[in-house]
Amino acid sequence: MITRIKDLFSSLMLLELLKGMSLTGRYFFRRKVTVQYPEERTPMSPRFRGLHALRRYPNGEERCIACKLCEAVCPAMAITIESDQRDDGTRRTTRYDIDLTKCIFCGFCEESCPVDSIVETRIFDYHGEKRGDLLYTKPMLLAVGDKHEQQIAEDRATDAKYR
Amino acid sequence: MMTDLLNMLQQFFGPLWPVVWGLAKIIAIIAPLMIGVAYLTLFERKVIGFMQVRIGPNRVGYYGLLQPIADGVKLLFKEIILPTAANKFLFLLAPVLVFAPALAAWAVIPFDLNLVLADIDAGLLYILAMTSIGVYGVIIAGWASNSKYAFLGSLRSAAQIVSYEIAMGFALVGVLMCANSLNLGQIVQGQAGGFWHWYFIPLFPLFIVYFISAVAETNRAPFDVAEGESEIVAGFHVEYSGMAFAVFFLAEYANMILVATLAATMFLGGWLSPLPSLLPDSFLWLALKITVMLFFVIWLRATFPRYRYDQIMRLGWKVFIPVTLVWIVVVGAMMQTRWAYLFH
Repeated sequence: MITRIKDLFSSLMLLELLKGMSLTGRYFFRRKVTVQYPEERTPMSPRFRGLHALRRYPNGEERCIACKLCEAVCPAMAITIESDQRDDGTRRTTRYDIDLTKCIFCGFCEESCPVDSIVETRIFDYHGEKRGDLLYTKPMLLAVGDKHEQQIAEDRATDAKYR
Repeated sequence: MMTDLLNMLQQFFGPLWPVVWGLAKIIAIIAPLMIGVAYLTLFERKVIGFMQVRIGPNRVGYYGLLQPIADGVKLLFKEIILPTAANKFLFLLAPVLVFAPALAAWAVIPFDLNLVLADIDAGLLYILAMTSIGVYGVIIAGWASNSKYAFLGSLRSAAQIVSYEIAMGFALVGVLMCANSLNLGQIVQGQAGGFWHWYFIPLFPLFIVYFISAVAETNRAPFDVAEGESEIVAGFHVEYSGMAFAVFFLAEYANMILVATLAATMFLGGWLSPLPSLLPDSFLWLALKITVMLFFVIWLRATFPRYRYDQIMRLGWKVFIPVTLVWIVVVGAMMQTRWAYLFH
């Protein structure tokens, strides 16, 4: 009986509603957690798997030896490689395409590469404006690698001790 | 100077002058109201964002100030889709029927002493009548869409509006008893003399009932079952798109401002200053009171989950109507005693 009167009283006084509103009222003044994306970015791991790149050795020679392990391991079958013998007798790729619309960014290609040639960089905000723009060919991948080599090398060095 | 100009215009228009002058006054009310509606949407998004520890829209213009304009332009350019089996005339009439009363009710709102478009004695009755018409628009929209979701949503929404109108009307009866008038200007005048004379103190339960009913009346969260996305998609306006949808949207926000204004006028002393000896009465007080009421409405939306439909009906019929009836009797009885001065 007494509890029923108590319940009636507290519901008529809207006590629970006021409690809820005071909570949201307090949150109104909280510091906001929004990250203003293009200007601010969230911290990123050196293992981040973003856009792919093909690396070169410091002397400018491309690392890839066309072993095709990445093509074999790729679960999405996004990688297409054709190879031929170069004039100096080494085996090199003549074609190295990654279809980024197929790619699932699992990082297996990077794991399988014996010469650390194909890597995934921290770049995640790239786009294509028409169909086919996201089919990255060998020169495009090498260009990404050339442009970001410093960051790529740094990230590999940071992560090396855990491998 | 001003009167000279008016005289000149009056001669220029001749017998058309009353029409022109009336239209000018209507535009002077509607134009700021539309801007208010547009910025209320931004205000709502900002406040809800802040309460959810976000910052809300801030990309279009400084602090997102151009966001409502961008939204409006987007809706204007969108296609209005007419469902094949819809009754086209009623389908397009419905948004107008919802929107027009929300604007028409502003005719009797006093903005300052004698600053009112139509100073009629039955002002409050006129407002109650006008806001009731809106429900026809809702029903017609639901029926004309020829969609089961729109139909069910319109039934829900109509039942809800009708139920809460009773509680709202009873809450306002208390105000009438205190003010001895249906004229909104006189109701405000009856509260003159500082905030302790405002009706929300002696009529506090009625004020709360009025406020919650007003939220339910405008189909706002937590009483927005009419658009319960999980059950009936978006309620009575599922089939509407583009500008036809925008008119429903404008009507909802215009109604929000209207009920907030009514609360400010009836219970919070309209344009009156809270401390008349220190601060002068001004239109700005009314604007401030409306803003505070709207903030509360948005605060409710940011806090509470949606009510279940049967609970809404229970609250309306089995709680609010008895509470208002009891308090009206209390007020009436007290007015016959020597404490009557408390209620004037």
